[in-house]
Amino acid sequence: MSDFISGLRVAAATMVLCVGGYTAIILGFAQVVTPATANGSLVTNGDGKIVGSRLIAQAFTSPQYFWPRPSAVDYDAAGAGGSNLSPANPELTERAAALIAAYGGATEERPIPADLVTASGAGLDPHISLEGALFQVARVARARGVEPSAVTTLVRNMAYAPGAFFTDGRIVNVLELNLALDAELAAPADSD
Amino acid sequence: MDHATVILFIVGGTALLSLPLGAYMKWAMDPAPGQANRWTALFQTIGGASADQNWKRYLVTLLVFNALMFTVTFVILATQQWLPLNPDERGALDPTLVFNTAASFTTNTNLQHYAGEVSMSYLSQLAGLMWLQFVSAATGIAALTALARGIAGRPGLGNFLMDVQRASFLVLLPLAVVVALLMVLGGMPMTLQGSAVATTLEGAMQTIARGPVAAFLTIKQLGTNGGGFFGPNATHPLENPTFWTNALAMVAIILIPMACVWMFGRIVGRQRHAAVIFTVMTAFILVKIAGAVIFESAPTPAFAELAVSEETGNLEGKELRLGATTGPLWAVLTTATSNGSVGAMHDSLNPLTGLMPMAGMWLNATFGGVGVGMINMFLYIVVAVFVAGMMVGRTPEYLGHKIEAKEVRFAILALFAHAVLILGGTALFAATALGQTTVQDPGAHGFSEILYEFTSAAANNGSGFEGLGDGTGPWNIATGLVMLLGRYLPIILPFAIVGSLMAKRRTTESAGTLGVEDATFGTMLGLTVVIFGALTFLPAAALGPLAEHFSLP
Repeated sequence: MSDFISGLRVAAATMVLCVGGYTAIILGFAQVVTPATANGSLVTNGDGKIVGSRLIAQAFTSPQYFWPRPSAVDYDAAGAGGSNLSPANPELTERAAALIAAYGGATEERPIPADLVTASGAGLDPHISLEGALFQVARVARARGVEPSAVTTLVRNMAYAPGAFFTDGRIVNVLELNLALDAELAAPADSD
Repeated sequence: MDHATVILFIVGGTALLSLPLGAYMKWAMDPAPGQANRWTALFQTIGGASADQNWKRYLVTLLVFNALMFTVTFVILATQQWLPLNPDERGALDPTLVFNTAASFTTNTNLQHYAGEVSMSYLSQLAGLMWLQFVSAATGIAALTALARGIAGRPGLGNFLMDVQRASFLVLLPLAVVVALLMVLGGMPMTLQGSAVATTLEGAMQTIARGPVAAFLTIKQLGTNGGGFFGPNATHPLENPTFWTNALAMVAIILIPMACVWMFGRIVGRQRHAAVIFTVMTAFILVKIAGAVIFESAPTPAFAELAVSEETGNLEGKELRLGATTGPLWAVLTTATSNGSVGAMHDSLNPLTGLMPMAGMWLNATFGGVGVGMINMFLYIVVAVFVAGMMVGRTPEYLGHKIEAKEVRFAILALFAHAVLILGGTALFAATALGQTTVQDPGAHGFSEILYEFTSAAANNGSGFEGLGDGTGPWNIATGLVMLLGRYLPIILPFAIVGSLMAKRRTTESAGTLGVEDATFGTMLGLTVVIFGALTFLPAAALGPLAEHFSLP
């Protein structure tokens, strides 16, 4: 019985310090020092309306925007998840074939980069590879009526290596890229 | 930069950090008699008596405290719909899910049959689950400290309630504050505001779940807990925003399990022995990492007939910002320790890659969970010393303790229980509708899903092949029971071994005593782990991952 009473006191002490105190310290620090990322890296437009999170993929289907990686949960940021399909599962083949068709086909000479046909772990990967962005440049330029080279330049300027010298490939944030497109290479007026 | 550099920085860097941390943990957990550190008086006031306990008394206090932990969290989860800190109005949870989740977090497993952002209130996440992430990890560190005191020949094992406070307040809390602040600086969310609602560029509504992620994630990693704030764990961009938070998380996963080995060495006063154990454990994880990285660089079999360019290997279930190496690396680290958080979806790993995390959990001692990993290795040491002694015809001794039939029987029983829980559970669910109706992928892969789930529960890991529909009543109850047995049997039986050793006269070591500080002992220990740990599971591996690999087109 004395074990139980003492145990209760230790439980209460850990609850106060490890839950209350710890949460308060981290929360206070985050809200003061990094309020933007602490609240979910939200992105607002000129009118102050939230258009998404820099860290969360959103659906893009119109040709004038770059498209993100496919999502097993249809970009549901309130219920994230992956496909969990085995890499040999025929459903993966079907999904990839459908996506290749949506992208206007792929050939041995111009294969589609793997990230555009594979779903990420949470279905919310905000990035595509640099190659995945370049694969889409022609379509975006055509839809916007601008020079492909202008779009390519924008893509290359926004691509970065996520782990500096630890990583080989470069990636682009799709939402930021599309916002930059709208700002710098405005879409035709009738698309709004 | 190639794979090897990332691996070297993470594993090697953490190994270096673990040395001073091990020394610190010895100071914090086991202050020398007469030099009790200044916190001792405070902990005595909170915990009441601080007298030394014998092994039975220590064990009873541990179990009573763990029962209390389970009860508190069970009540919070079961009543969350009426409690505060619930901005998104999460509703009532299924009773079998409440049982499973309370058992899962009490046992340091963090198997999750729910998705945090869908089902849990912020109060449930913080006061229910994050609290257990601290105290269940502290329970493991306390148990190892007590076991080491017994092996060191002290008259008593110490006092559990003192040890659990030392581990919570002096080890876990300060480390968690430092790492969580770094995670915040790395861009991780930490807010009590409810979900944000965005209007996307194409005019759709997107609800974005968020919350006090940085605090939760950090102790989940440091305490080998592994339970994610969000359903898809550390693949979620808000739970792992950058390459750098990912690297820091991997360091946090293996740091304390590594330091536990050094703490053990310092308490028993044999640091060279600890170095041999550390080397054996490191060898195992390096082999698994090499295997996982190589197997995962193979292209996705499903794309064989399509014009897909796969520069970086299989990308299904992986995040681009985390880099190509880190999916398989994380998969090995999280299962070599009993962490269970994921940085890539294990179900979508190539079949042979998926075998590496399973092997980690079958052994469960190549660093293993905080505290308990070293305790599991102690079981292998008992067996190895006994077998070696028999082979050379000497009385088996370990650090001045005679190892006899009784101790070996307990050790084998604990190792055998692990195998029975995994293989028995898998057999039952694979042979009946209980499991067959819940697998996502057909054939050998479906068997792997069931095998992985029971392995993860018994090893107190918590990761999963998440294609499995494990949110059913039978799965909740079966894995809940397996987690409880898989946690407490491998604590109770080693305590009984130490109790038995303490009751005997210690022998003095002589030239004839089998050394435990050389390469021969390390080799013997490694072989014991392979033979007892791995071979038990070879038939199951053949039916699951191996069968799937060889049936690939």
